[in-house]
Amino acid sequence: MASVLINVPKLVRKGETIEIKTLISHPMETGFRSASDGKLIPRDIIHRFVCTFEGTEIFFADLFPAISANPFIAFTMRAERSGTLTFRWLDDKGGAQVETARLDVQ
Amino acid sequence: MHLSRRTVLTGLVCALSVRPVQATPDLMEAAIAAFAKGRAMKPGRVRLDLPPLVENGNAVPLTVSVESPMTQEDFIARVALFNEKNPQPNIAIFHLTPLAGRASVSTRIRLGDSQFITAIAETNKGELFVTKAELVVTLPACAEN
Amino acid sequence: MKRWIAAICLLAMPAWAQAPKISSFELMKPETQAMQRDDASNPAMLWIAEGRQLWSQKAGASNQSCADCHGDVASLRSVALRFPAFNAAQGNVVTLDQQIQICRTQAQKAEPWALETRPLLALSALIGLQSRGLPLQSVTAAEVATVEQGRALFMERRGQMNLSCAQCHDDHDGKSLGGATIPQGHPTGYPLYRLEWQDLGSVERRLRNCMVGVRSEPYAYGSPEMVALETFLRDRAAGLPLETPAVRP
Repeated sequence: MASVLINVPKLVRKGETIEIKTLISHPMETGFRSASDGKLIPRDIIHRFVCTFEGTEIFFADLFPAISANPFIAFTMRAERSGTLTFRWLDDKGGAQVETARLDVQ
Repeated sequence: MHLSRRTVLTGLVCALSVRPVQATPDLMEAAIAAFAKGRAMKPGRVRLDLPPLVENGNAVPLTVSVESPMTQEDFIARVALFNEKNPQPNIAIFHLTPLAGRASVSTRIRLGDSQFITAIAETNKGELFVTKAELVVTLPACAEN
Repeated sequence: MKRWIAAICLLAMPAWAQAPKISSFELMKPETQAMQRDDASNPAMLWIAEGRQLWSQKAGASNQSCADCHGDVASLRSVALRFPAFNAAQGNVVTLDQQIQICRTQAQKAEPWALETRPLLALSALIGLQSRGLPLQSVTAAEVATVEQGRALFMERRGQMNLSCAQCHDDHDGKSLGGATIPQGHPTGYPLYRLEWQDLGSVERRLRNCMVGVRSEPYAYGSPEMVALETFLRDRAAGLPLETPAVRP
């Protein structure tokens, strides 16, 4: 399980547009690098990031090797009600990391 | 033996790591054409916030934002980013919904060389808006290898 | 004649000795500075999260966690500022990372983590974070001899380029080398996330990069030369605030 940081603002008013920041630990191996023996290191990246709020998809991203290691993705959301945000990172090996965070709207 | 300062600095500059890249302006045009699917791309509305001089091409902070009311009737559905000199032309495609509140996404990208980045925004009605930004990528001193 | 006198004066002391000490943070572009300032976007904070987990993880034959002896990690506030430090039981100066290794093997009776491995760096970063913003301290009498060893290494020409650290970082700081500005070289933010590594690393890793840069054989991690250099650099930086965990290009 990779380390993840999720930042959801606190003290959010109803109707306010907030910025959600995410960071995940991952080398995002491009597939274009060679090891010291000259062999190509195979591609291994997170190729999709999805955020849902109370089951509804609110944002997703298709990622390519040009995204930096330890990918940082920040996006916005209009906060209407409190609920659970679910974040999903999908990698080339078929793995998925799922994390949740609470959004509290006053 | 006394080394002149110029000799030393020239030698050190040569010692900085050089990253090989494959130039792909044609690939970028092809990737953009595949995304645009024959539709016209209008200027305006899209803004790319990028450092003009990049300290390290491994992690370039980028924010792409698009003017839009982001209502159910009129919102930005996708924002696609392309590059022209990395080994492959795609960077990311962001998919947004009216729940976004505003169309603005930030991330960090890799750039192997000084080059242009292209951002294309697609509205829910299929209208396309495009902008380009040029970046100069410098290499840091004293790399690992 | 005047030119020679000026040249001799310039060679005799670092250019900034009369001017303020400057962290390389000041030389970074605003975007990179912003990356360091925002804990929600600083990649090094991923290692801090791992460090927090390790802090309360029981380990070794003792089945003790760091927390079992030290309590909350916040109690280690200002500890990082005085490392490398003389360890009486060891009889020599040790870096913070080496001290963590000592705790792990002797107190926890657990398998040692090699220097520059991820769990060790994560804990080192976590402990450094507790002192963020506080000024680095000058050495005590017990470390003075090691500082002098480090100073001699700092002044020594090395490598194919036949350059000493001082020639770049004392004499030519602020000037350009390729596209980068030469910093004074104060280790204020270690362990830090170097964009070039896309990884968190120690000051020793960075010093090895410098040595490769002048085409000299880099010293091994934890070697007496590295410890001496680190002790000298910390004393040379005294007064500057700690930035751990920093971001650098």
